[in-house]
Amino acid sequence: MSSLPSVAAPPPDQDVRSRLDARNDRWFAWLLKGCALLVLAALLGAAFATLWGGRHAFSTFGWHFLVSPAWDPGTDTYGALVPVYGTVVTSLVAVVLAVPVSFGIALFLTEVAPGWLRTPIASAIELLAGIPSIIYGMWGLFLFAPFFAEHIKPWLTAYLGNNPDGDHPSWVYDHLPFIGKLFSTDYPFGASVLTAGIVLAIMIIPFISSVMREVFMTVPTRLKESAYALGSSTWEVVWDIVLPYTRSAVIGGIFLGLGRALGETMAVTFVLGNTLNLSASLLDPGASIASTIANQFSEAVGLQKSALMALAFLLFVVTFIVLLIARLMLRRLAIKEGR
Amino acid sequence: MTEPNVRFDQVQPVGEAAVAEPKLKVRDVHFYYNGFHALKGISMDIPERQVTAIIGPSGCGKSTLLRIFNRIYAIYPKLEARGSIELDGENILDPRYSMNRLRGKVGMVFQKPVPFPMTIFENVAYGIRHHEKLSRKAMEERVEQALRSAALWDEVRDKLKQNALGLSGGQQQRLCIARAIALKPEVLLLDEPTSALDPIATGRIEQLIEELKTQYTIVIVTHNMQQAARVSDQTAFMYLGELIEFDNTEKIFTKPGKKQTEDYITGRFG
Repeated sequence: MSSLPSVAAPPPDQDVRSRLDARNDRWFAWLLKGCALLVLAALLGAAFATLWGGRHAFSTFGWHFLVSPAWDPGTDTYGALVPVYGTVVTSLVAVVLAVPVSFGIALFLTEVAPGWLRTPIASAIELLAGIPSIIYGMWGLFLFAPFFAEHIKPWLTAYLGNNPDGDHPSWVYDHLPFIGKLFSTDYPFGASVLTAGIVLAIMIIPFISSVMREVFMTVPTRLKESAYALGSSTWEVVWDIVLPYTRSAVIGGIFLGLGRALGETMAVTFVLGNTLNLSASLLDPGASIASTIANQFSEAVGLQKSALMALAFLLFVVTFIVLLIARLMLRRLAIKEGR
Repeated sequence: MTEPNVRFDQVQPVGEAAVAEPKLKVRDVHFYYNGFHALKGISMDIPERQVTAIIGPSGCGKSTLLRIFNRIYAIYPKLEARGSIELDGENILDPRYSMNRLRGKVGMVFQKPVPFPMTIFENVAYGIRHHEKLSRKAMEERVEQALRSAALWDEVRDKLKQNALGLSGGQQQRLCIARAIALKPEVLLLDEPTSALDPIATGRIEQLIEELKTQYTIVIVTHNMQQAARVSDQTAFMYLGELIEFDNTEKIFTKPGKKQTEDYITGRFG
């Protein structure tokens, strides 16, 4: 540039224009920064408000609040273990069930389905994501839970669990006690951790599958063709090329679904049973953080209210830990990839 | 080699290029997509261990023809090839000819370098695993051998565990060539392999093609006529889905037999 003859000074009106532009750009940058800071402020505000509201419970019970399974408004003793456990387990069940199905849906839509079928199914999935959770909750309570109690639960307890209606426990219960415990119960109704997990899975499938579908579509055709040209089958192309290429976005989608499952309130409240008892069984009723708050907050006073606030704070912490795990997983994968 | 029982033996290949031992015998190949007649009765003999170039203006069907040689088109619906292409006497268009076997014998390198999102080593080892089970040691040797043949070994020997996306465009394309020849194919299809590369990287790839033709039968599609003249032994000129002329490269570029070929080569259209 220096070799070019210097440009004549701009006329004064252009000079004014450029100063105005610079000032406006500065204002615009501040405005954008403000929008972004709003998110941070809301997050910190909510975290601090729940922590402040729960200070009474934290100071009364100390660390015991985190590890105690007791939640008894009668004696005013509160421990968060049951709701935290319920939240984590229902969400994990939901993700374990939802991920393979979402993967299948996304693959079908991007790799297998004929063109005319792709758009209708994709729109249907997006509609599914828009259904309010109370509808899922009512469906779960009135239709799915009775069906579950009648058909699925007896089968699970008979073949994998303690077989309460039969003479002796199942083979699995005797030989693989860890799995046996998960499927053992004497509770006869449909509400359970597993029921909630299944309803949650149905709720988060649209989220996970639309994220997966969108990122699978970003895989360059030539990348897939190159893999086919080396003799790969469709499954191998998907598993070795499409998934690694989209891995961080896929994990992001899964954790988006997990995040939604962790905080879901209404659907879970309807089908989880709301029993604050600690049980290893997936077929026993349980409680989650959100369902406990929804059930008790309107009538809670004093220490109980503070304990519920403390629970809300713990939900923050659980969600934060989940996101942290996602980050760590992505970093480890990046190292493995040689980046 | 015994003369196979050819159904299309009444169809004579175009031009003089037919030599005693063709590797690929293309007979009356038609190609349709969504009803569009993209190739109209292509017949040609592609000689073994030589470089055959296919040239022609955009949309003439040259890439389409190349993509039939390893049936890569079959991953998309509504595409259909008719006719026969014999590789060592077997018709590869026969649905019973296994895709995995075909793609082990016919390798392909695409226009733009497309390394897989894995390490350099894995990029080469990946294809081999679909066809052979090798011990760790044998695999390492095989990968090294492929990278050496693709003239890339010296540049990557110390970073085999790094992601292949960190290589330059020319290196990535040579990696793709290494990946293709790691399967020990018999035919190597190159679909405008240098169109995304700078002149120096292009020069290296052309030099590599020269070296590779002692072992492989190479078919190259190119937009660049100088490239076809430099690297190929035979040249086919295609226009609007038809094979206009197929002959020795020297003859095509000095005394073309057809008016259309001459017009294209002298730059009057295309």
